[in-house]
Amino acid sequence: MSSYTPQELMVAVASREIRDTDLVFVGMRLPVLAYGVARNAHAPNARGLFEVGLMRDQPATAFLGTMGDPPNVAGALWATRMSNVMALMAQGHVDLGFIGGAEVDRFGNLNTSYVGEPSRPKVKLPGSGGGADIAILSRRWVTLMSHERRRLVEKVSFVTSPGYGDGTLGWRKRHGLLGGGPAAIITTLCVLRFPDEGGEAYLASVHPGHTVDEVRAETGWQLKVARQVAETAAPTESELAAIRRFDPEGFWTRS
Amino acid sequence: MSMADAIRRFVPDGSTVALGLSLEPVIPFAAGHEMIRQERRDLELVGPISDALFDQLIGAGCVRRVTAAWVGNVSEGLGHCYRRACEQQVPRALDLRDHSNFSISLALWAAAWNVPSLPTRTLLGSDILSTNPGLVSAGGLVHVEAVRPDVAMVHVQRADEMGRAHAWGPMGITEEAGLAAGGVIVTCEELVDSSVTLSDPNRILFPETKVVAVVHEPGGAHPSPVQGFFQRDHAFYRDYAEQSRSVDGYDAWLKQWVLQMPDRATYLSRLDVDSLRITQHRPSVPVDYGDE
Repeated sequence: MSSYTPQELMVAVASREIRDTDLVFVGMRLPVLAYGVARNAHAPNARGLFEVGLMRDQPATAFLGTMGDPPNVAGALWATRMSNVMALMAQGHVDLGFIGGAEVDRFGNLNTSYVGEPSRPKVKLPGSGGGADIAILSRRWVTLMSHERRRLVEKVSFVTSPGYGDGTLGWRKRHGLLGGGPAAIITTLCVLRFPDEGGEAYLASVHPGHTVDEVRAETGWQLKVARQVAETAAPTESELAAIRRFDPEGFWTRS
Repeated sequence: MSMADAIRRFVPDGSTVALGLSLEPVIPFAAGHEMIRQERRDLELVGPISDALFDQLIGAGCVRRVTAAWVGNVSEGLGHCYRRACEQQVPRALDLRDHSNFSISLALWAAAWNVPSLPTRTLLGSDILSTNPGLVSAGGLVHVEAVRPDVAMVHVQRADEMGRAHAWGPMGITEEAGLAAGGVIVTCEELVDSSVTLSDPNRILFPETKVVAVVHEPGGAHPSPVQGFFQRDHAFYRDYAEQSRSVDGYDAWLKQWVLQMPDRATYLSRLDVDSLRITQHRPSVPVDYGDE
């Protein structure tokens, strides 16, 4: 088994979340690679949607710095306006979305807007982009982030993209959110999952070379742990080969 | 019309300006840089996500308010001038009207259709509702108040003198912004005869009655990509991100790439533009409109 970076492992894990025939709201950075890996392996019938206004089947063959780069447009199934892509998601046609997060809490609520008071932020983050739309409207979603105590926090200072709200049963339904909510948080150390009915995240698997104690120490809340914590399956040779084909210089996975 | 004339005539201080409407591609950087050179002040910027251009305008002190879903540098992350403005009021404080990508599109469609607001199910449960007074939750829906730009700026592959713009590639929120705006400034790679644009009226982006200026500005979107013309200049975005980490670094960058550049042609002459030019072509099959 060749060695791999934490980001390469995260891409491989994210790709396994994509089911064959899924319509995937792809997003940026690592999920773009995950889509390519899945599409070339277990999900040959998946389609990708990009909020810039694109639908694709085959992943772009050249490196993408953004979803709007020319190689992602050439060979697209559909080039259109953003509101048309959002229309599909508003109708519940997006099976899986990916969202990047800066802060997340135990109920999967994401903050990408303000650290500290919005009127006097300690850190101003870029904002929602399409994140809030994906969190509210896609059928299920997954987020990827670096596992640090300052990122996995007891309470996010601002809910940009809602997960399961206050964690009470049926919170999303009561507030009129159409989609099912977060399915997993993929970090540099582990995979956290949510119960089918939503609620609080639990530790489902720890990445090779890391421990449950280490994950607990780097998590800002009292973390629930599955009865049997698995070891995350390392990326296979073919997953790594695909990742390195889509990111030949390691722009996303080795910096 | 020259870029300098277009900005002087149609973008006064205090304007609400929509730009960067196709997200990462065809960002009208040349138009933005001309606004900086002419020292525009108190602008409201409207857009979905902004890949570096909003950050540059904010750092130059041109901006009073940002109405957008995301401001930063897409391949590099945070926007350093945006952070300094929001966290330290440097060079000045900003008024923020947060949106999601979906809601800013709806705000512009509302203005395009001349209604006060449009309802949606997005943003339910998000704290964005608490920071933007133009988003009101009622009856299980979010009502997105209209946002009406004074001017929208778009960069396209080709246009004619009458303002008939042909664009291809993903459109983001370009169409609703153009329809909502008081006027549209079109900048283009190629200025073509009307026989070209009128041969394919389905591809014309806006009614010519909306377009107030057409500027022939090849390379006017650099470092963003233009389908069929230019790749994205990833390294340029990285250099900007690194230099703009400090105020001094940003000022030096601005001097080198904006303030000391008399025009776009000079700017392009300082770059290896040919390495970014798309050389492998993939033309579409023409459609037949018939002639009877």
